[in-house]
Amino acid sequence: MSIRSKLLAALALIALPAAASAQDMAITGVTLATGDGSDPVEGATVVVRGGQIVAAGRDVAVPGGMETIDGSGKWVTPGLFSAMSTLGLWDVGAVEESNDEAAGDSPFGAALDVAPALNPASQHVAISRAGGITRASVFSRPSSSIFGGQGAVVDLGADPDMIEKPRAFQFVALGEYGARIAGGSRTSAHALLRNALREARQYGTDSRISGVPSRPPEQTTGDDIPLDPRLADNQTERGDDVLLSRFDAAALVPVVNGQQPLYVYAERASDIREVLALKRDFPNLRLVLVGASEGWMVARDIAAAGVPVIADPLDDLPASFEQLAATQSNVPRMVQAGVQVAIGGLTGGTGDQPRNLPQFAGNLVALSKIPGASGLTWGQAFATISSVPAAIAGYGDRYGVLRAGAAGDVVIWDGDPLEVSSSPERVFIDGVEQPLVSHQTRLRERYRDLDESDLPKAYDW
Amino acid sequence: MTDRKFLPAIALAALAVTGCATTNSSNDTASSASSSEAAPLGVDGRAPYASTYEAYPGTPTALVGATVYDGKGGRIDNGTVLFSDGEIVGVGDASLSTDGYTVMDGRGKFVTPGIIDIHSHLGDYPTPSVDAHSDGNEATSPTTPDVWAEHSVWPQDPGFSRALANGGITALQILPGSANLVGGRSVTLKNVPSRTVQGMKFPGAPYGMKMACGENPKRVYGSRGQKPSTRMGNFAVNRQTWLDAREYATGDRSDRDLKNETLAGVLDGEILVHNHCYRADEMALVMDMAKEMGYKVSAFHHAVESYKIGDLLRENDVCSAIWADWYGFKMESYDGIPENGALLSQAGACVVIHSDDENGIQRLNQEAAKAQAAGARMGIDIPDAEVIRWLTLNPAKAMGIDGMTGSLETGKMADVVLWNGDPLSVYSRPEKVWIDGALMYDAMDRRRRPISDFELGQPGEGDVK
Repeated sequence: MSIRSKLLAALALIALPAAASAQDMAITGVTLATGDGSDPVEGATVVVRGGQIVAAGRDVAVPGGMETIDGSGKWVTPGLFSAMSTLGLWDVGAVEESNDEAAGDSPFGAALDVAPALNPASQHVAISRAGGITRASVFSRPSSSIFGGQGAVVDLGADPDMIEKPRAFQFVALGEYGARIAGGSRTSAHALLRNALREARQYGTDSRISGVPSRPPEQTTGDDIPLDPRLADNQTERGDDVLLSRFDAAALVPVVNGQQPLYVYAERASDIREVLALKRDFPNLRLVLVGASEGWMVARDIAAAGVPVIADPLDDLPASFEQLAATQSNVPRMVQAGVQVAIGGLTGGTGDQPRNLPQFAGNLVALSKIPGASGLTWGQAFATISSVPAAIAGYGDRYGVLRAGAAGDVVIWDGDPLEVSSSPERVFIDGVEQPLVSHQTRLRERYRDLDESDLPKAYDW
Repeated sequence: MTDRKFLPAIALAALAVTGCATTNSSNDTASSASSSEAAPLGVDGRAPYASTYEAYPGTPTALVGATVYDGKGGRIDNGTVLFSDGEIVGVGDASLSTDGYTVMDGRGKFVTPGIIDIHSHLGDYPTPSVDAHSDGNEATSPTTPDVWAEHSVWPQDPGFSRALANGGITALQILPGSANLVGGRSVTLKNVPSRTVQGMKFPGAPYGMKMACGENPKRVYGSRGQKPSTRMGNFAVNRQTWLDAREYATGDRSDRDLKNETLAGVLDGEILVHNHCYRADEMALVMDMAKEMGYKVSAFHHAVESYKIGDLLRENDVCSAIWADWYGFKMESYDGIPENGALLSQAGACVVIHSDDENGIQRLNQEAAKAQAAGARMGIDIPDAEVIRWLTLNPAKAMGIDGMTGSLETGKMADVVLWNGDPLSVYSRPEKVWIDGALMYDAMDRRRRPISDFELGQPGEGDVK
């Protein structure tokens, strides 16, 4: 199935020391949150065999002879999914040479591919893993081009192979950020995007990479002057009028064909509407909105378009003129309108660390008690950091849920996972128990006391 | 500074700007920044830019039945808090008489002193975060003790209202950024909306002076081929600055000199030093520099490595203003660990939880809870009431306003938060916030919340946010 599983099998064959193996187990007596949006239930059992979930629920029998973990007083959840992270791409944010999040001086844009840059040994991977995150999507930040390039879906297992799915999505920035890269205006960002998709469509046709209709439907925009088809399709007498390099064009072929989702960064309500409108001209696009601070204002349109959203969790300030209507109620209001919403975009070491995903989700529950605000139920909030981001990444039945057939990504918590006082006690990925150590835990142990009466701290390890 | 999370370059640029250090003090009297050398009087004979804040009207109020954390480490179950005429009148158990007070049922709820953020850039890096609003760093000289943060504060920053409603913030220190070794004077504000910054200034609060260690100053000036370009350059410039200031301070001070007036105020103990400093080794050097030059550091801000020198910090009586768990965003933050606060507490050193962030300031209570929990996991148990002190009396002490606010004690300002649940839970929010006994925020009354001029008539006006 996954590259990772194959690699694990290969590792087993060459008998690497301590190549951890999947553990068959039953965890009993737990408070269970399955991640599917339902509220937690007490007194439940989770059975894992061969790296997969066999059963999870209240009336689950423990198979005979299976190792049993007493989970009394504990909570069990699926591993969390950190959507739109940069895990594995950086060591220190401001140490440029250690940071592959963006390629500001690259000649390429859409062709950039995070896969070869990923480092599973990054501290942020280890720290996030200890926070209960087992899967993530990883993106490259648009910098030299409005296109950031191709992101990946990864696991956070303590093993050499991080990549679950390379080239899982393409990312493009519109709004103020995209406008700045594009030359100073949203007009240019949209022209660049449309041109790129047009060139990709032609490039794909020319190289017979995939079929597209030879004559696209006539383009109209109400009573206005019809959109010139050359801004949307291949019927051009200037076929050599190209802006994209061959690599960038090739990378966008699966986007324009709908084989690879296009994640689009936009915050302002009007920008979101323009993103949704892209499908009129490029009907095969599989769009995912990213950011969407003002998404609540156009929630019905987003829901009607069936476009999922990966949203900033709690932004409530007019940080820019494209976020004037930002409110903490944004995510709940979109959810209530029927939009599929994950929270994500936690890319740093400040307040926006992936390990704070549960805290953000918990805040969405807290809003329920504030008149005029919109909040989520506990189950809904937990889904925004588990099953929903997994589904948006294309793994709706595999990750972020505890149900038969799902991956054995299991986290045992010492309390309510959304509560700031709680933390994971044990983390399993594909049934393999994970180490929870990091640079941080080593420092903690060294400085547990400040006693240097015998030797300096440097000898304390 | 974590807006635009998907596009974090901006956040990093802003982070470059943080830092702090304060001189110690719980010195209420030195406080009158409005007199003395700390701010010489103007030709009109008045203190410059003096506070015009006056408390808004309030109702004599009795909060009864709630769990009360008094901010100085005490907890009263089923407690009673009385306030009237802007002051705390009584704090005790259910036996306190509430005659003459409007009684408010606090059963199932919690009461704390108003939350205090010792490190904010609201107003000097306001939202919207456009270049025209970037007023936090006078990055034109490595030492700018002559600039005053209050001259950059935009009172219409919508961030003040979010800090009030979601964070229960009643007082906060606005600092210059950390591009410079000496960034300038800070200003302490009441979190009360006003047309002018003078209308927000905390009456009687001492000034602070922002200093910065480490990467930021040497990067900003080194990149221009200017001194300092190294950490040793940082110290060289600092020491010469102090030597010059001492010469000024020991003279007759008759010639007005804005830079030296601020530095002399520090040497006099009237202006408190807030020193942005990440690394333990640098903090140790700064504490020696302070002794060499005759001043005191009140608090190290962003002190992610304080846990390595909890003993030194205790001995020198310097607070550490910290985040719960930030790390790794710059080289000098690489050794940040969530147990920092708990290890400091274990060492007997002063802990303050700060934000440096217009989003984080809305959740200081949650940050404190995370720091507490990290300690509990390594066997350091810190009572809830003590953790509340990290957000109230400890920052008040490091800001020199602990004689006036920061705890629920008779005679202190009635800066009070009624929480709709345990303030150390993610599920709780401020329900009501009083500043000097005036109800400035009420989650149950949609009109009882401030909306800045900037937000009027714009999308989202009046939303709960």
